[in-house]
Amino acid sequence: MITLAKKLLSDASGKANLDVGDIIICNVDLAMIHDSGGPRRVKPILERLNRNVWDNEKIVVVTDHYVPAKSDETRAIQALTKKWVKDNQINNFYDEQGICHVVLPERGHLTPGLFCVGGDSHSPTGGAFGAYMFGIGATEMAGVLATGSIWIKTPETILMSWKNQLHKYVTAKDMMLAMCRKIGMGGGRYQAIQFAGETIRNLPMQERMTLSNMAAELGAQAGLIAPDETTIAYVEAAGGQVPNNWRNFQIETVEDTRNRMQFDAANLSPQIAAPHSPENSDDADEFQNTAFDVAYIGACTGAKYIDLLAAAEVLKGKRIAKGVTLKVAPASLRDQHRATEDGIMQVLEDAGAEFLANSCGICAGYGEDRLAEGQVCISSTARNFKGRMGAQSSSVYLASPYTVAASAVTGKLTDPRLVMGE
Amino acid sequence: MPRLWRFEGTIDTDILAPGFYMKSPLHELARHCLEAVRPDFARSVVKGDVLLANANMGVGSSREQAAEVLKYLGISAVIAPSFAGIFYRNAINLGLPVFTIDEKLMSIPALADGAEIEFNFDDAELQILDNATCIKLIPLPNFLKKLILDGGLVPHLEKRFEQEETQS
Repeated sequence: MITLAKKLLSDASGKANLDVGDIIICNVDLAMIHDSGGPRRVKPILERLNRNVWDNEKIVVVTDHYVPAKSDETRAIQALTKKWVKDNQINNFYDEQGICHVVLPERGHLTPGLFCVGGDSHSPTGGAFGAYMFGIGATEMAGVLATGSIWIKTPETILMSWKNQLHKYVTAKDMMLAMCRKIGMGGGRYQAIQFAGETIRNLPMQERMTLSNMAAELGAQAGLIAPDETTIAYVEAAGGQVPNNWRNFQIETVEDTRNRMQFDAANLSPQIAAPHSPENSDDADEFQNTAFDVAYIGACTGAKYIDLLAAAEVLKGKRIAKGVTLKVAPASLRDQHRATEDGIMQVLEDAGAEFLANSCGICAGYGEDRLAEGQVCISSTARNFKGRMGAQSSSVYLASPYTVAASAVTGKLTDPRLVMGE
Repeated sequence: MPRLWRFEGTIDTDILAPGFYMKSPLHELARHCLEAVRPDFARSVVKGDVLLANANMGVGSSREQAAEVLKYLGISAVIAPSFAGIFYRNAINLGLPVFTIDEKLMSIPALADGAEIEFNFDDAELQILDNATCIKLIPLPNFLKKLILDGGLVPHLEKRFEQEETQS
């Protein structure tokens, strides 16, 4: 039986009977770029190659890294981005609409069976939709934009098989931090990780996106999830084109049974990852007396609608503790609007949250909003590398939005079930 | 004489190309390369030096500046027991040689920080001159070797487009 990864790559390359390790050339269905690694980096290369983009309808451009642009340097980057989009007649341009990995599916660009590349390391997020999607650097992206194709080494599939139901206040983020501890940040060996089993089938799309997103932190090239009715309902609601043959991608097999890892959701507690790696995770109650300065709900990983909803569930009718700040950067404008309509943003505001722009914000550490020397942060983002979110002496704990919100209420790292009386 | 820079811990892309300087030109970004773990690196590294890192070298972001600053600073090869996938692809696309080394060889005392070395790309060999040790690295697949020898993806494509034009 062929794996989902091989089925997708076989379709993209036109080559049947792929073996693991085969180097193949794949045709790209969609290339996504953002303001940092996108136009400012690919423009000079395309000019040097004397080539135009291969297909302007297959390119999506999103501004999210230098948003808001508060300096001359970053304003120049945004101006260049806009000009390049215009010159190259890119119709799929989302300017300050949110983070690329969230904007791409919410606008219907991702659907089962596609082969996509993104100019960002969290591009495996697209795998949640049954598409093969992975991150590449700017030079390689320029090559894709010039030729419409890219080489790939046929990966093995590593299947993360989950059984049983998650407890209340335990999320996809907790599943992921537990997987990071189990296999480490290099454990994915740049192969294709696939998330499977009944726990996954019961997750809504935005939770599945959190898993695929952090396939990057597992060191995988892609983070696939086989499509089902939940996928199709999301894609249709987003206005995407569902292929008639989408059931052909409902595959959950591995080449080698040693690459099938078993996890039990019933045994999982909320997780926190200590500085400076997502693999430093443990049960949240192991950290219960740890103090911090900033609670952050942000990023493609941890500030989608479903993440804002989780935070509001904890913060409803409560105030954040004295001496800590809570910063919230909703991952997309559309999710923020929906959260406003549903009263979620009001709950967060009443609890004492400050709001930041719909962008990568503190997570990328690119802008003026960053952690100060010595500050400690609990964050719903994906990475807690040393210095990433600010000063070299700052440190970051990673957790789910529930755990970040509960910690904001008590002022110490806290298992959300304690605050919710579970 | 080129030297070996050996790094402990895990070297991620935020250490190689810190986010805050990503808006700056390459020469400015390069000044901050690895400063979080070795503040003297950027000003002391010389052309031809080789970097030896632990497993999962270059983990993190897709920013190719993480590989580009190393090339800019004159690093002639990056060696590690394993690489993060995007960093590995980026390095090759920029024409920066990356070689994997058998994990077992990492404990050889000759592979010391600051050792005088000679690196041979064609034979995938690292000579440690101080005590005449030759470290065999894992050879690259021909497809990737050719990309690096062409100088990276852009010159490789230039060559390909040129050939396509003369054929048509």
